[in-house]
Amino acid sequence: MKQLMLGNKAAARGLYEAGVCFASSYPGTPSTEITEELAKYDDVYSEWAPNEKVAMEAAFGASLAGKRSFCAMKHVGLNVAADPLYTMSYTGVNAGMVIAVADDPGMHSSQNEQDSRHHAIASKVPMLEPSDSAESLAFAKLAYEISEEFDTPVLLKMCTRVAHSQSVVETGERKVPVKAYEKNIAKYVMMPGMAKRRHPVVEERTKKLIQYAEVSGINRVEMGGTKLGIITSSTSYQYVREVFGDSVSVLKIGMTNPLPEMLIREFASKVERLVVVEELDPIIENHVRALGIPVSGKDLLPICGEFSQNMIAKALGGEVHEGRRLSDEIPMRPPVMCPGCPHRGLFYTLKKLSCTVLGDIGCYTLGAVAPLATIETTLCMGASVSSIHGFNKILGKESEGRTVAVIGDSTFMHSGMTGLANIAYNGSNSTVIILDNSITGMTGHQQNPTTGYNIKGDPAGKIDLESLCRSMGFNRVSVVDPYNLAECETVIKEELSAEEPSVIISRRPCALLKYVKRKASLRVNPDTCVGCKSCMHIGCPAISIKDGKARVDETLCVGCGVCTQLCKLGAFESTGKED
Amino acid sequence: METKNIMIVGVGGQGSLLASKLLGYLLLNEGYDVKVSEVHGMSQRGGSVVTYVRWGERVASPVIDEGEADCIVSFELLEAARTLPYLKKDGTIVTNTQQIDPMPVVTGAAEYPAGLEEKLKASGAKVDALDCVALAKEAGAVKAVNLVLLGRLSHYFDFPDEAWEKAIEACVPPKFLEVNKKAFRLGKEYR
Repeated sequence: MKQLMLGNKAAARGLYEAGVCFASSYPGTPSTEITEELAKYDDVYSEWAPNEKVAMEAAFGASLAGKRSFCAMKHVGLNVAADPLYTMSYTGVNAGMVIAVADDPGMHSSQNEQDSRHHAIASKVPMLEPSDSAESLAFAKLAYEISEEFDTPVLLKMCTRVAHSQSVVETGERKVPVKAYEKNIAKYVMMPGMAKRRHPVVEERTKKLIQYAEVSGINRVEMGGTKLGIITSSTSYQYVREVFGDSVSVLKIGMTNPLPEMLIREFASKVERLVVVEELDPIIENHVRALGIPVSGKDLLPICGEFSQNMIAKALGGEVHEGRRLSDEIPMRPPVMCPGCPHRGLFYTLKKLSCTVLGDIGCYTLGAVAPLATIETTLCMGASVSSIHGFNKILGKESEGRTVAVIGDSTFMHSGMTGLANIAYNGSNSTVIILDNSITGMTGHQQNPTTGYNIKGDPAGKIDLESLCRSMGFNRVSVVDPYNLAECETVIKEELSAEEPSVIISRRPCALLKYVKRKASLRVNPDTCVGCKSCMHIGCPAISIKDGKARVDETLCVGCGVCTQLCKLGAFESTGKED
Repeated sequence: METKNIMIVGVGGQGSLLASKLLGYLLLNEGYDVKVSEVHGMSQRGGSVVTYVRWGERVASPVIDEGEADCIVSFELLEAARTLPYLKKDGTIVTNTQQIDPMPVVTGAAEYPAGLEEKLKASGAKVDALDCVALAKEAGAVKAVNLVLLGRLSHYFDFPDEAWEKAIEACVPPKFLEVNKKAFRLGKEYR
């Protein structure tokens, strides 16, 4: 049956049909839905791991044990999992293992725009790149065949426009191949003596994979007009087809690593002009150039950002569509913390106390934008906790009394604990605030080891943050309710002035969680409000100033009451209307 | 046939995902090749949200570029203005007249442009503007704004009533079916 399916869901379907039995991932946009969709199949064991490295190693163990396994992550997650990846290239697999990695050109939801293909090349692991949902399904299945035939993990590279676009797929049946585990120290114990013998195996494998890339059909030539020949892959292929239809010849690359040689030489010989159309870095282009073939690419198209059909038309001489604009300046509409977001009260307090705030990755990164504008750094998962240590070691007492690290519960589980161990061990007087909203928020509500529930929503192990921090050597561990501004202020002041490191847990569940009951929305009594704008300092999207007075949008307000604590005149009152 | 393009734009949380799901279902049932593209994650948190819906014999690109949209369906006036460059020369904007201040306007760093509906019309675009919130309330649920808009949109494309009805039944939970059907009808029969 033909179905319209999200790229990520189609990939999950392909994995399912290929007989995957074990999936372990850490959520990250735009990769998250692959594992969420897999979790809907009862005959696949699936889980959220604390981070990508753990997920990949868990999947390695499952592959060793003889069942096809899988893990997924966003591009920056592959950095975290790079350690196992590079050596799994040497050990190879037992049952097939596939690793989905989703790039985010244009940075819709990411802190950088790195190109995952570099990891495939550097780790010498084959990488498949689907260009739509049908290929996401087909390539996910094919990846397992390649994995087992060539004894290697296989990377399945998604990107935002493939992951989050729906196109038509046809589904098939599930088959589950099983292998027995056999002890094989020479293959699986990567100490120098053994690894030295495995490296040549990897090089031989790459030669065989290049041969596969030449003849298997994963990279296909689609001949059209011969004036222009385009080598392309992934979503760029779709843009090229959109602009040129069948009027140009295309070499569509389905396997980005390793790249073929003869196929490219032959294609190049048939066209008058050769151009590589690829987003981000010039990886195919450099490969072609290294073969001594004249080629264009990044001289015509940018390294930064996403492509589009007009951009390609402009660069390569296709029909460019033009629109019209209003002369008015259109104000930006950046994402904001939701009404009732528990992070708001905490950030308001940090701003009030003029704290230096080292931030981390999550919804709360929005604490960097006006009017809260308190976060001063955001680097990668866990970096807030690690970097406050170095920051305080250099600046000493004056910094210790005003600097905090803020990190979410899921991010803390991912990479914050090791940084905290460093603070405890090497002794900086640092204050770490764990923003515990009881969920992985930004990626759309995934469970994590602190929530007490697993990926299917069933009860699971629950790590107690207070006990954990105390056992790491922190004597000062306190819990505050971020809806209570006075309490937040008192505790933060106390902990900043303490002579030893401390952890503050700011605890309140995300306002969007289904089990969180909305209180009655508030309204402003216009007779009491004098329009002082005190309530505007928290950046609540439900509050605006109209005709010189504050006004609450009752459809947005969840009655959290943070604004009432800012109004000295008591102008906010309950509507009494529960949702 | 030439590929047709609809952009659905609004503010995160307004319900554009249901609108695109419903359109996708309808178009696939009508036998077209279809692509629907949306962006998840950070951009959902009250920011601008854009969904692309494309259909035809064979659709390649999952996105719509400037000057390509046959129709922009907008949940909010400023978002219609923001995406105007994507409208085809003879394209139509179907928009809710609701105005939601973005954070720079709330904080006073920017102003919400006045008279946007008139300015959009003056740009040469065909503009079909209606108060979808009022119509959705009339139907029985504020959240049915998306169905009001789809009802209005149904004027501009030649799909049979049964096709719309079937899509609504397939995509809306049974509990909200009647409200949503009414919202669709109110949007369709508006004026």
